[in-house]
Amino acid sequence: MPVFFERRQLVTPGDLLAENEYMTGENTYKENGKIYATRVGLVNYEGKKVHVVALKSFYIPMVGDTVIGKVVEVTLGGWVIDIRAPYLAMLRASDALERPFRPQKDDLTALFDVGDLVIAKIVAYDRTHDPLLTVLEHELGKITRGQIVEITPTKIPRVIGKQGSMINMLKKETGCHIIIGQNGRILISGKSPEDERFAVMAIRKIEQEAHMAGLTDRVTEMIRKEKGVKEGTEHVSKETGKND
Amino acid sequence: MSQKKPEKMIDENDIRLDGRKLNEMRPVKIEVGVLGNADGSAYLEQGKNKILAAVYGPKEVHPKHLSLPDRAVLRCRYHMAPFSVEERKSPAPSRREMELSKVIREALEPSIFTEYYPRTAIDLFIEVLQADGGTRCAGMTVASLALADAGIPMRDLVGACAAGKVEGRLVLDLTDLEDKGGEADMPLAYMPNANAVTLLQMDGLLTIEEFEQVVNLALNGCKQVCQIQKEALKAKYITVKEAEAEKEEKEEKEETEED
Amino acid sequence: MASMMASRIRQKRIAQLISHGKRLDGRELTSYREIQIESGIIERAEGSARVRLGKTEVLVGTKIEVGEPFPDTPNEGVLTVNAELVPLASPTFEPGPPDENSIELARIVDRGIRESKAIALEELCVEPGKRVFVVFVDVYVLNHDGNLIDASALAALAALLNTKMFNYEIEKGEIKIKPGYKPLPMRNYPTAVTFAKINDKFVVDPGLEEEQVMDARLTITLEKDGKICAIQKGGYGYFTADHVLETSKIALQKAEELRKLVVKE
Repeated sequence: MPVFFERRQLVTPGDLLAENEYMTGENTYKENGKIYATRVGLVNYEGKKVHVVALKSFYIPMVGDTVIGKVVEVTLGGWVIDIRAPYLAMLRASDALERPFRPQKDDLTALFDVGDLVIAKIVAYDRTHDPLLTVLEHELGKITRGQIVEITPTKIPRVIGKQGSMINMLKKETGCHIIIGQNGRILISGKSPEDERFAVMAIRKIEQEAHMAGLTDRVTEMIRKEKGVKEGTEHVSKETGKND
Repeated sequence: MSQKKPEKMIDENDIRLDGRKLNEMRPVKIEVGVLGNADGSAYLEQGKNKILAAVYGPKEVHPKHLSLPDRAVLRCRYHMAPFSVEERKSPAPSRREMELSKVIREALEPSIFTEYYPRTAIDLFIEVLQADGGTRCAGMTVASLALADAGIPMRDLVGACAAGKVEGRLVLDLTDLEDKGGEADMPLAYMPNANAVTLLQMDGLLTIEEFEQVVNLALNGCKQVCQIQKEALKAKYITVKEAEAEKEEKEEKEETEED
Repeated sequence: MASMMASRIRQKRIAQLISHGKRLDGRELTSYREIQIESGIIERAEGSARVRLGKTEVLVGTKIEVGEPFPDTPNEGVLTVNAELVPLASPTFEPGPPDENSIELARIVDRGIRESKAIALEELCVEPGKRVFVVFVDVYVLNHDGNLIDASALAALAALLNTKMFNYEIEKGEIKIKPGYKPLPMRNYPTAVTFAKINDKFVVDPGLEEEQVMDARLTITLEKDGKICAIQKGGYGYFTADHVLETSKIALQKAEELRKLVVKE
């Protein structure tokens, strides 16, 4: 059998993973019938396809992705947005304003200014152009409250979980509004900074232990434990008559 | 404080000044992912050589006219710290550093899938903190790891090692003293899968027959370096994996104990 | 680079021809273009030579001055090689301080001369530890049509062989010039042979268009007894070890042919 590693083994760039009838998946390439890894990661064989789950990579824009970006420049016709990718993204005024853009009358900085965070969707991207964004859809636009957690983009699927199992659990347990940017940025907006803190801790744990099984249960447990501790101390403070 | 040239650099038993055999490399120590800001980084020690490499990118190119429409542009700076050598070296880039920056860039570029990221730049910095011969080879070795650490897709790692001729004998991995006092020094960089020599330079005097032997000696050295590189990359993640595996075991044990 | 880029069709044609063992200008894979060497054309220089390799044109001038020796070689003269890719030589050469290409060119030519000990530097000592002769070799590229390295190395060798030093004697610690000249003492005659790899084949003496299509280049410099004294791989591609060894054998023969053009027995 022309495979050279076991499932979930750690491989490095240039490692020979498989030969001949196998097909290339993510983070692999084929040369002279041989399939090699292009990044450090865990190799996986699914049927006749080989791919590597990279341990570290950067975000590459994909049309349709929801991303969280930061405005770095306001130009004549729109904004330049940093989406933590090798390319800066553009948001044109026409993709941000519901009505036609009037250059003389409309001050773009009133809508988004340098430093603002926005949730946007990628509408166009190819080899010859920087990615184009839009905010004209439901749930897109300027972020006004909450906090951002940055994780490596390859771990985003783990934060979502199978059919949303992980993210739904997070929302339920922390009571926070959570929006996931495919570019490795996650917006957490809760009723209190405490609630947001639980969510941040949970996401950090997921990032650390993404490759291990039973994660959803362990994270649920951790959140409940943290909340229990907090409620316990509140209880104690109430007894001593002190108010937070 | 200058080094005095010793009488002989290799004794009658073919043992070198630092105790090595003719075809023995200096021991190499590598750590991957050592800098907080860089997208990728690695640190190497080989004999007295201490070299740090860092990668930023792929990222937008400024000024725009320096970018290429169909692939990323690799920019490389090989630089020696003023205190890295016997006699203080001026911090301004020397002609040697400029030449080495060029040949190192040309040695690493074949290993990177630059065509995946048109119109961007990948910046690679190699800083020699302490030098003792073979710094361009050690520099390429550690730079290749920094690129892998940055998550930049690569065809293969590039390992490099020099071989040469000292006091009539063919040797591997020359120190500064051996390079200066010897008859020939030949740095070589190698990409194993493609059996590719991506850097080759020589200065000194070698017959064609000697040249062939030195090339093979250097290739052997490079193959050893490539193994060390793979281990260094894995080491960064295996400790995480091992720690997790240990933790899992411990938790399982506790569970069974509770029963 | 844009204005000198060969069109895609041309590039394909070159690669196709070469895989059939032919070149655009009809040359054999291992043939040099027509070479013309003229020495002594710049009287103000101590030595000079102009080489035309096909349409590539390089002028080298040498100057000799008195200077301080290097601390680790107090009784030897000093060699300094500099190269300038003069802007008029190509639309791609910009005026300004030496860039990595001119530095690499200078250092390759330097290595050939230095490692082969072509100049008898120990005969250039005036006052041990204090004053020696410094030989400046300045490579001036006048037209770039490919293979600047071989043309420059050849011109440098011819210029050095053409170099005259004034006769002198030391009187009361001062250098006094006496009538007559003597040639710069030369002991070896290094020549460089450059190969370009195109689609798994090599060609010797790549022309400009071939350089634009090549994967990589390999320069091997040999001295008069057939020993290799310098090697430099360039370009973004690579060679296999077998390629390297193959080319070194071809280089041995070509280096000798080049040497005979300059060194009259």
